[in-house]
Amino acid sequence: MATALKQDDSDNNQPANAENVVVRFAGDSGDGMQLTGGQFTLSTALAGSDLATFPDFPAEIRAPQGTLFGVSAFQINFGSRAIETAGDQPDVLIAMNPAALKTNVDALREGGLIIADEGEFGKRNLDKAKYENNPLEDGSLAKWQLLKLDISALTLEAVKPFGLGNKEALRCKNMWTLGLALWMFERERQPIIDWLKGKFAKLPDVADANIAALNAGHAYGETAELSGDGLGSGHLTTRKVGAAPSAPGQYRTVTGAEALSLGLVAGAQLADLPMFFGGYPITPASAILHHLSRLKEFGVTTFQAEDEIAAIAAAIGASYAGKLGITSSSGPGIALKGEAMGLAIMTELPLVIVNSQRGGPSTGLPTKTEQSDLYQAIYGRNGDASMPVIAARSPGDAFECAIEAVRIAVQYMTPVMLLTDGYIANAAEPWKIPDVDSLEPFPTSFLDKMPEGGLKPYARDEKLARPWIKPGTPELMHRIGGIEKGIDTGHIDYGAANHQQMTEIRRDKVLGVADSIPDQDVALGKAGGKLAVVGWGSTFGPIHQAVRRAVEAGKDVSHIHIRNVWPMPKNMGNLLKSYDRVIVPEMNTGQLKTVLRDQYLIDAKPVNKVSGQPFTIAEIEAAIEENLS
Amino acid sequence: MNEMTKITTLKDWETDQEVRWCPGCGDYAILKAVQRTMPDLGVRPEDTLFISGIGCSSRFPYYMETYGFHTIHGRAPAVATGAKLANPDLDVWIITGDGDALSIGGNHTMHLLRRNLDCQIMLFNNEIYGLTKGQYSPTSRVGTNTPSTPYGSVDRPASPCAFALGSGARFIARGIDVHKDLTNVLKAAHAHKGAAFIEIFQNCIVYNKDVFEEFAAKKTAASTQLLLADGEPMLFEKGEKGITLDRETLSLKVVDVVDGDWQAANVIVHDVTNRSVAHMLIEMPFGEFPMAIGVLYDDPRPTFEAAVVEQNTQAAEGKKADLQALLNKGQTWTVTEDGPEL
Repeated sequence: MATALKQDDSDNNQPANAENVVVRFAGDSGDGMQLTGGQFTLSTALAGSDLATFPDFPAEIRAPQGTLFGVSAFQINFGSRAIETAGDQPDVLIAMNPAALKTNVDALREGGLIIADEGEFGKRNLDKAKYENNPLEDGSLAKWQLLKLDISALTLEAVKPFGLGNKEALRCKNMWTLGLALWMFERERQPIIDWLKGKFAKLPDVADANIAALNAGHAYGETAELSGDGLGSGHLTTRKVGAAPSAPGQYRTVTGAEALSLGLVAGAQLADLPMFFGGYPITPASAILHHLSRLKEFGVTTFQAEDEIAAIAAAIGASYAGKLGITSSSGPGIALKGEAMGLAIMTELPLVIVNSQRGGPSTGLPTKTEQSDLYQAIYGRNGDASMPVIAARSPGDAFECAIEAVRIAVQYMTPVMLLTDGYIANAAEPWKIPDVDSLEPFPTSFLDKMPEGGLKPYARDEKLARPWIKPGTPELMHRIGGIEKGIDTGHIDYGAANHQQMTEIRRDKVLGVADSIPDQDVALGKAGGKLAVVGWGSTFGPIHQAVRRAVEAGKDVSHIHIRNVWPMPKNMGNLLKSYDRVIVPEMNTGQLKTVLRDQYLIDAKPVNKVSGQPFTIAEIEAAIEENLS
Repeated sequence: MNEMTKITTLKDWETDQEVRWCPGCGDYAILKAVQRTMPDLGVRPEDTLFISGIGCSSRFPYYMETYGFHTIHGRAPAVATGAKLANPDLDVWIITGDGDALSIGGNHTMHLLRRNLDCQIMLFNNEIYGLTKGQYSPTSRVGTNTPSTPYGSVDRPASPCAFALGSGARFIARGIDVHKDLTNVLKAAHAHKGAAFIEIFQNCIVYNKDVFEEFAAKKTAASTQLLLADGEPMLFEKGEKGITLDRETLSLKVVDVVDGDWQAANVIVHDVTNRSVAHMLIEMPFGEFPMAIGVLYDDPRPTFEAAVVEQNTQAAEGKKADLQALLNKGQTWTVTEDGPEL
């Protein structure tokens, strides 16, 4: 449970020690809240706290100022113990305008602290946020602590010496706010100052103004606390959040999109292949294209295609020509790629398809998270078109999953779907940097000589994989395509028995991937018992915390987290059948639940949420409670 | 390029697969023309890649003893782009049709031409969907009666060459399936470094028989075809007629040439690098004018794959592919048994 801020300590000027604190920065989409949150995250990570973040922003790039739908928020949960979710309820809400207050205050823990920029609570902004009265004045926020500061005026004052225009000066508000937050939680300012200097290297005035605002916010905290009055009903005090115990090693913060990109690069290196990445801009997948396009020295070619179909088709062409073809998108784009995935399945070429899932169907909720593309990943193609599916559970896990996807693709000559989601893609967490030497290489071998008995482009190895032959290789000319292939020869073959056999071979090849993956483990708890909570993807955090609390309370509950969604580990059926009940929390209407029922004939019960927000720990706890009683 | 060194013969380019087009289909003639041309190009089968989409013409790769990829409907240009970027040494030919390249795959055709990927695109235009049994296509003329347009098609056709020019193509040519000059067009296309677009009028004898007969027929060809050659005057009808520029309307017109004195008649000398004239030749309405055949436009500029390779090389220059250093990038901290330190 998120430890409450200890308000009682506020009088003795000693930092309160909190196990974890959840802070949400909320403002207009032009207020720089994502930036503020990102920098606060960096400072927090550098202080050694464990953390998880949840950026939540509108689909509009610059929604009309002050509107409810234009609110952008960034939540961070940090603490001195292991953190696995971005936190159920904020302890502190920093609201930069009335709209930000209105859309976020209900999430705030009762008794939590609101810091509001009262300079933005004029009639116009109140009207836009549909407040009849000023909530800072009318007592409607009584169940929380309220701290009203005219951040706008304080910022303008702080940056006055730098001669910026009013509009530009007000842009420094986020740094002022960040300065205050850094003071509150005793975080270092220096990394932010260094970052600002780098970011505005060509605009030293702007850099200086931002630094001045940052320092002013920090100083305000110090002096305001000393003065001890005039702060409204809330008290401003520092809260010390210590370092979380973690395994020795070198750490950095990483977002899912970064880690996944790094994993793909690592995978290509381990496979000893140059990478070709075909992408088309789509939220929230574009970040992967952006990261990879800067890594040319790793043999990465990126191609921004004319559409989603061209992006995958080009990746298939590159794989055919001997590179590691990769494409990436989000649900709607993945739908467009469907036919080409079938081509990769039919021609048995390696390919990695990354799906950064978002709310659907259709355009759905582009910037919100969901896990509703599992059916699409496992079943979503014409014909019997089986494909391995792997799902990442967290930013750091995305690195390993990406390597695993590459391994399966090249070893089994098959497209592989790698699932992540908007939450993982944007969220940051501290990441223990892997030792490259500990990663096991899986070098690719191409067929480059005429085999004994002649060329058979669809001959099989022990994994049922066919040989990979690069165009340009003398003597091994052959033709492939989407029409059914004759066994071994690969020539066009419409024969009835041939299609039956080839369909079975393609299916068996993918099912055979289960031979090369570890048995399903129990993430927390034990094999067998009353209740298993089974999850996949980014629900790992809340499920794990909820199960931990239940186990600590002496309940018979276990957490099973599935990474290899298709094919599943071979022991999965027996493992699931060793529990009296199985519940499956998912951010969809019950997709893994259906797969488990289908594969193992077990009575898996759905626990579903499709609000575009991650599960809270409390929601999973309630589901556990309900299913144990 | 070394056109004189024949390292292969026609036989080297034929596969053992039975060709399965309808008897009398124009595709047979095109296949032969390509197989006949390849030895003259001095290229090797193993470096050659034929990529097709879907349609009758797209079966083509199966009959070429080269590397071949029969992809999905409309996407051959995209697959070709990936293959060529992955290995710029490959000699890439795209085989497509009017439906494949201009309807379902129009987007990819446009972008391949715009980017100028080095390849040859052979668009077999038969103004019909043959493989799906005869529906009208994006190049079918208004009023085409088909199973899907029993009262005649009402939408106006696309002009493949005008589409190519508008998309930024730097090589545009026209050929006729059974025309002996088709090989010369193929050679010119291959010699062009960049995307070379060839529209081939192909006779679908089952669903759209003889739709090009009015200009393709051999016996009337002299008056219906304007055979273009770079640096040569635009003459037809055995030199008795030519194409000139009407300076008042800034449009082309047909003039009579008396006693072979084409200069006196102001007949235009074909300059393959003249984009404006190429546009006018493409748009000449048949009937009033002959059909322009041969290389209409040829003015190379740097290719896409060369630019990609160059940028990749430059961006990587002086940088080491150190994976560990990449993972360690940004601000890091070390956790020891005693806790974290910056």
